[in-house]
Amino acid sequence: MIRKLTLSAAAALALAAGGASAAEEGHVEDFSFSFEGPFGTYDQLQLQRGLKVYTMVCSSCHGLRYVPIRTLGSESGPGLPEDQVRAYADQYVEVYDPELEEWRAAKPTDNFPAVESAGAPDLSLMAKGRAGFHGPYGLGLNQLFKGMGGPEYIASILTGYTGEEQQQAGTILYENTAFPGGWISMAPPLYGDDVDYEDGTEATIEQEAKDVAAFLMWAAEPKMMERRHAGFAGVIFLIVLTSLLYLTNKSLWAPIKKKAKETPAE
Amino acid sequence: MSGIPHDHYEPKGGFEKWLHRRLNVVGLLYDTLMIPTPKNLNWWWIWGIVLAFCLVLQIVTGIVLAMHYTPHVDMAFASIEHIMRNVNGGYMLRYLHMNGASLFFFAVYIHIFRGLYYGSYKAPREVTWIIGMLIYLCMMGTAFMGYVLPWGQMSFWGATVITGLFGAIPFVGESIQTWLLGGPAVDNATLNRFFSLHYLLPFVIAGLVIVHVWAFHTTGNNNPTGIEVRRTSKAEAEKDTLPFWPYFVIKDLFALALILVVFFAIVGFMPNYLGHPDNYIEANPLVTPSHIVPEWYFLPFYAILRAFTSDVWVVMFANWITGGIVDAKFFGVLAMFGAIIVMALAPWLDTSSVRSGRYRPMFKWWFWLLAIDFVVLMWCGAQPAEPPYSTISLIGSAYWFAYFLIILPLLGVIEKPQAQPATIEEDFKAHASHTGGTHTVVDPAE
Ligand code: HEC
Repeated sequence: MIRKLTLSAAAALALAAGGASAAEEGHVEDFSFSFEGPFGTYDQLQLQRGLKVYTMVCSSCHGLRYVPIRTLGSESGPGLPEDQVRAYADQYVEVYDPELEEWRAAKPTDNFPAVESAGAPDLSLMAKGRAGFHGPYGLGLNQLFKGMGGPEYIASILTGYTGEEQQQAGTILYENTAFPGGWISMAPPLYGDDVDYEDGTEATIEQEAKDVAAFLMWAAEPKMMERRHAGFAGVIFLIVLTSLLYLTNKSLWAPIKKKAKETPAE
Repeated sequence: MSGIPHDHYEPKGGFEKWLHRRLNVVGLLYDTLMIPTPKNLNWWWIWGIVLAFCLVLQIVTGIVLAMHYTPHVDMAFASIEHIMRNVNGGYMLRYLHMNGASLFFFAVYIHIFRGLYYGSYKAPREVTWIIGMLIYLCMMGTAFMGYVLPWGQMSFWGATVITGLFGAIPFVGESIQTWLLGGPAVDNATLNRFFSLHYLLPFVIAGLVIVHVWAFHTTGNNNPTGIEVRRTSKAEAEKDTLPFWPYFVIKDLFALALILVVFFAIVGFMPNYLGHPDNYIEANPLVTPSHIVPEWYFLPFYAILRAFTSDVWVVMFANWITGGIVDAKFFGVLAMFGAIIVMALAPWLDTSSVRSGRYRPMFKWWFWLLAIDFVVLMWCGAQPAEPPYSTISLIGSAYWFAYFLIILPLLGVIEKPQAQPATIEEDFKAHASHTGGTHTVVDPAE
């Protein structure tokens, strides 16, 4: 952590700017996902396809440092059988072992590694760390009805390249209709047919983008299904409790109200 | 404890008598639970229970979260992800705690505005009101420090901006800021002390809540008419009141359960709706988010803070008269704290002899305008500080101060209040029979 920073100056600036309007927002397509809405669930096959895209394409630049590999076996997630999880860790992931002081094949108990070489952000929480939808007029209604838009944002980035490039201070920037400001330093990672899907799904750019976005949503919120079940159970229980308390309250007050109605005030 | 005559606890049986002579704990509980409560309390009076529930919820979930959280700049963010992914039910605990804070503030704002409308702050309940304001201040401190703990981008930059406010105090500001942060900038020392205080303050709040309840148990509850319970005899008092248990406990629990249905729906289905996505990015002192916004419950006061820029004439005047000591930034800080102070002074600023807004025809309008003003300021607080939002914030802030400093004192003099019912009993009967006595004003807002 770098300490000697003129933070107060930065803070004063931030305060004065008061969060000056964010760089112009990009266009985020409202892709539909199986986990949308209160009763939506992750599509296990889609998560497995997304894992494949991540492994084959994104993992060379992006890490998933907060995601334990064993959770790939989670029933409410990708649901890989145990032996496949082990094989996956062994074949596809290398982690640095501080005790051995060297790189070794991963075990299911390891997390995915953090990848910092390419200057690409970690993707563990990307689907929650970006909001695709905003407004209108700062009222937050779009997020209420369409969701926060994290996975939509990711899929829009991956499909939003126009093909234009420009060079700026030694880095190449690629025009992207979804990225705020319009120019991103990530080269287009998907071209179509980047992976072979075992389930026969055609690997178009859009399909791959949606699959990896769904996988990243799961990576960011692996307990979404459990949470919704708990929420649903809580709501049902409380509705029953509310009804019972309503009836109790009504019968408790009935004689008091009846008496008040019948005897005139003094 | 209460000034309203009622039955007191009589120990029955050997053990109770034995204990009663040594420790009057059952008696205390009995008197607290059986306190005579005005019959005519309406649904705006249920938020106290919601607040008590929130305090317990936050303390219980918070204690468990603290068992798994690591207050260190290199580990805090990861420890939250550990809670979300590896701790049994951790995701639920955290989302309950996160959204519990929102429910807490939602409830406290309605509770405060209830008090403002029905004149609950007026004599003899000033102490209850002042303690309430202290609770509110402690809540703000607790919530602010709690938001720093996950060590996301908004945690870090929110902390930097807000502690920077203390730096705006002339002469001593910078030393105070350094002292608060434990160093020149928000860092590990800051995170550690915020964690410590975030754990401490809720217990201070719990203590204040006891005094708050004690105070209004001394005076008796206010009620929608603002008329006092008749208390010359027990028989008379019983015409105006019912014991808190079971009548109001059950009523409050019903309302609480209903509110929790909505709360659980939010926790279960959209737990991040009220949060900010940037807080899922680990704190990075080198990258300033393009938009630093506090949590929704701070927005009205954040809008007031930002409203007073250096081109506003009051600010220029203050700057000139103090020889440049009060600049725009410091003025903003003063305005923000001032906005809460004027609210705390409401008991002395309101000159009307009538307590409840229900019988104050002019007051009503100004009150609802204040409620709208609060929502508009909340909206402005989330917008960039540029026209037209800055202008709207300024008008909104001006109204906030005008309401407490000008309108409340003036109304007491110029307003002609409507007739009030003679007793609480009369009001209760009028409502029970839905005929509406000649005295009772049927208020659509109730
Ligand atoms: C060649 C390396 C590379 C590959 C491969 C790659 N990325 Fe990136 N990615 C980057 C870099 C560099 C950035 C930072 C871009 C910026 O901020 O301008 C980035 C940024 C992103 C962002 C964040 C955009 C934002 O809002 O800041 C997302 C989302 C993303 N990548 C997703 C993916 C996905 C999904 C894949 C796999 C399909 C992928 N990337 C493959 C290098 C890569």
